[in-house]
Amino acid sequence: MTSPTQTHLGAPQDVAPVLDVRGLSVTFTTESGTVSAVDNVDLTLAPGEIVGIVGESGCGKSVTAMSLAGLLPRSARVSGSARLQGTELIGAPESVLRAARGQSIAYIFQEPMSSLNPVLTVGRQVGEVLQVHEGLSRKQARARAVELLTLVGIPSPLQRVDNYPHQLSGGMRQRVMIAMAVACGPTVLVADEPTTALDVTVQAGILDVLRELRDRLGTSILFITHDLGVIADVADRVVVMYAGRVVERAPVDELFAHPQHHYTAGLLVATPTPGRHAGTDRLQEIPGLVPVLSTQPDACTFAERCSAADAQCLGSAPALSSDHDVVALRPDHLVACWYPCGNPSAQHQGGRA
Amino acid sequence: MTTTAAPTAKLHHEASRQARVIRRLRRNPLAVISFSVLVLATFVAVLAPWLAPYAPEQTDFANTFSPPGTAGHLLGTDDLGRDVLSRIILGSRASLEVGMLAVATALLIGVPLGLASGYVRSFDTVISRFTDLLLSFPFLILAVGLAAIRGASLGNAAVAIGIAQIPGIIRVVRSDTLRLKSLDFVAAAVVDGASDLWVLTRHILPNATSVVLVQATVAIPSAILGEAVLSFLGLGIQPPAPSLGTMLATAQQFAARAPWAAVLPGVTIMVLALAFNVFGDSLRDALDPKGSRE
Amino acid sequence: MKPDTDVALEEVALELEDLVMHFGSVRAVDGVSLSIRKGQVTALVGESGSGKSTVGRCIVRLLEPTAGVVRIGGVDVTHLSRRQMRRHGKEVSIVFQDPAGSLDPRMLVGDVVGEPLRLQAGRISRRDREERINEELGRVGLRAEVARRYPHELSGGQRQRVSIARALISSPSLLIADEPTSALDVSVQASVLNLLADLQRDIGFACLFITHDLSAVEYLADDVAVMYLGQLVEKGSRERVFARPAHPYTQALLAAAPVADPPRQRARKAVLLGDDLPSALDPPSGCRFHTRCPLAFDRCTAEVPQLLGIGDGDAACHLVGPDGAGPDVRQTNSAGSLR
Repeated sequence: MTSPTQTHLGAPQDVAPVLDVRGLSVTFTTESGTVSAVDNVDLTLAPGEIVGIVGESGCGKSVTAMSLAGLLPRSARVSGSARLQGTELIGAPESVLRAARGQSIAYIFQEPMSSLNPVLTVGRQVGEVLQVHEGLSRKQARARAVELLTLVGIPSPLQRVDNYPHQLSGGMRQRVMIAMAVACGPTVLVADEPTTALDVTVQAGILDVLRELRDRLGTSILFITHDLGVIADVADRVVVMYAGRVVERAPVDELFAHPQHHYTAGLLVATPTPGRHAGTDRLQEIPGLVPVLSTQPDACTFAERCSAADAQCLGSAPALSSDHDVVALRPDHLVACWYPCGNPSAQHQGGRA
Repeated sequence: MTTTAAPTAKLHHEASRQARVIRRLRRNPLAVISFSVLVLATFVAVLAPWLAPYAPEQTDFANTFSPPGTAGHLLGTDDLGRDVLSRIILGSRASLEVGMLAVATALLIGVPLGLASGYVRSFDTVISRFTDLLLSFPFLILAVGLAAIRGASLGNAAVAIGIAQIPGIIRVVRSDTLRLKSLDFVAAAVVDGASDLWVLTRHILPNATSVVLVQATVAIPSAILGEAVLSFLGLGIQPPAPSLGTMLATAQQFAARAPWAAVLPGVTIMVLALAFNVFGDSLRDALDPKGSRE
Repeated sequence: MKPDTDVALEEVALELEDLVMHFGSVRAVDGVSLSIRKGQVTALVGESGSGKSTVGRCIVRLLEPTAGVVRIGGVDVTHLSRRQMRRHGKEVSIVFQDPAGSLDPRMLVGDVVGEPLRLQAGRISRRDREERINEELGRVGLRAEVARRYPHELSGGQRQRVSIARALISSPSLLIADEPTSALDVSVQASVLNLLADLQRDIGFACLFITHDLSAVEYLADDVAVMYLGQLVEKGSRERVFARPAHPYTQALLAAAPVADPPRQRARKAVLLGDDLPSALDPPSGCRFHTRCPLAFDRCTAEVPQLLGIGDGDAACHLVGPDGAGPDVRQTNSAGSLR
């Protein structure tokens, strides 16, 4: 599995990003008060890049993704900026958003069954997207649908194009979803936990399809998941979120080899990896719970669960940066921590992982 | 964005279910209004004998057909000079009595049948057919039959109406039982050796109370209307005992001359039924775990 | 299907002999035999449609097997009612996957944990029961005051601990854990896995750990049994199955589970099996895996492979010899690959 990770070292600075998010914040007004779901998130997506957003439930990763195309409910207040190829999406009028959805930014979600219409064949559904957005005729749309089904690796596409969703397995339905999403060649594909509900033997195939799309069509992918293994497999760069904030951002190899935030490090040791057995090893737990915050304080929200925290962590929020006194990090490795873990990459001055 | 300087962030708390339901009801103006009406109606019904300015059967042939606002008769009098207000107060009490009695009967019979039907497949076939039978039986024929056999009275009216409510209760309880039956906590109890009775009474019934509550709240107005119909037809509460239905029946004859004697009881029936229905709907929405529609 | 003749009956906590469970024409479990020794943890691994959860439910008698024998502690419980099972004193408990649905939302946590004590035959005073409840809560790492809370006030991880406390309060000799960590976050999974490992070591109950998560299996299990579409395809010790998996499906499973180590993950070869999952309504003829197996040949379509001993464990594959030697599907060029 060769990955173009090599080509993406330092890439974000050289090429204009297709997606540039700055200071994104989302709060919800619920009947029991306000919830701050996302706080001041910055991230970029370069052309042909796969960026993974990883975090546990409640970290705000899905909310971040949904806010980009205005898919959040009315109770959400979104602020900040998200530029998709120069066009501002946050606060944009519905007409702009509607034009962007499907054409420039597309989504695939966790449960393909609920996104597919059970009474239409998959060919019709894929074709519909093309008929609506590109004005193709029924025949042309069907031909394109077959092409797309082939692209996403569905065997016997000429037969499958006339199947109904219930005739397909979970993995195939997800492939159909991907075909619908990329039908109009969007620049950005947002995949929100696309393989979480699938068997692991099927997951590998879906991840392959996404990589294929990136290689063949140059689609940039924002991949959201809680599974570190999947991130290791598919992502070029990783954004780690906790309680609504970005706590660490780095190229994938660097993040796994030298995690700087204690939460990231905690996640890595909490995951059972091959070779570890209960008799000899112990999984490191992270004590405490992910907080659900009404307002974001001027403090590190992970401090209460962190073994390295002190008064400074509780009194002042650390900024996300690669410039730290304690440890010298590569410029593309940023962490929001007063006391990063240390042990950085040996060649941190313009070196390669 | 970063705001407070407090060392720990203000956490967002999930309230208990009861607190959440009550909060939602409080915020819904319709719920508040209908609930107030119900409280008022209950208050009036309970204290009726002391609140009514006159005895309901007390006639006053000198003051027949007095319009509302006449001295001493806030809502006027009917053809026999009886005070309309007093009759309405006591009539409402009777309606509520019948309503409550009918629904209580329906619950007493319907809930166990619904539980059994939802939980045990073999009971389900029998009970479902029974429910279908009840549904296909015209309620009025039943009431007429009962009146013929046992004589017309408040009690018999309540029974007839109660029987008509049973299918609705069974349906609702059965469907919730089916849903709850498949949840893991029921399986856990079964694995630990719980008998069917234990599971039904300790696990399923407590979790089904919200649907029962809603169904009962909505069944009461049908019972009230049912009582009005029966009394109107002479199959329920017999005159001279006051009943909103009988008031409507007798007022028919002189409606042109003393419209208030017909309109006012009619409006009372409507208000009572509406209050129960609106509150029942609000309760159903408030109990919905999916959250308020925003 | 060789019986454990060399192990005394009481030493076997659980024995399944040709367990079959059909729901009408759906052949969910079609002939599963395995045994778990006292105090051992056996993982039952499979993906969706494998029938592993159905096996678990048959063991605790939530379902009545269509055929086959279930023996707990040497006693044939296949057709006993749960009350009869209780009387035999052969306790088996189950922990479910979904922390949201596995606790009665209307019951206090203390009552949830104490319910098995109230259901069992002997009388136990209220005070003794409360003492046991507090003891059990402490054992799973929860404070005694949690007993006075309702499930919705607890987090997913805490609720799972409550489920475990409830399952262990009747001192079962066998615990069925049906995907106990699948619905939890990563950091919480770690604490629950640690807890299960600790408890199992301290108390010594046998455990059937049903899961699809191979890394959790490697962490927790002594033995592994792999299921595919209602049948066992491989059995063996954890060390052997992870180091030298014999059956192509096991190999594919191991290859598919991604590792949280990017350079290592990139170097691994994926075995792509294709998404066309067969259904239990109409399973493929012969070896049920043949429709997705990269190494399938004509014998696989015609003849059902038997689960045969291969030294350490068993495998059901025509290409695997009695010494466990066979092809490794991870080395060959996989079928259905897009590249």
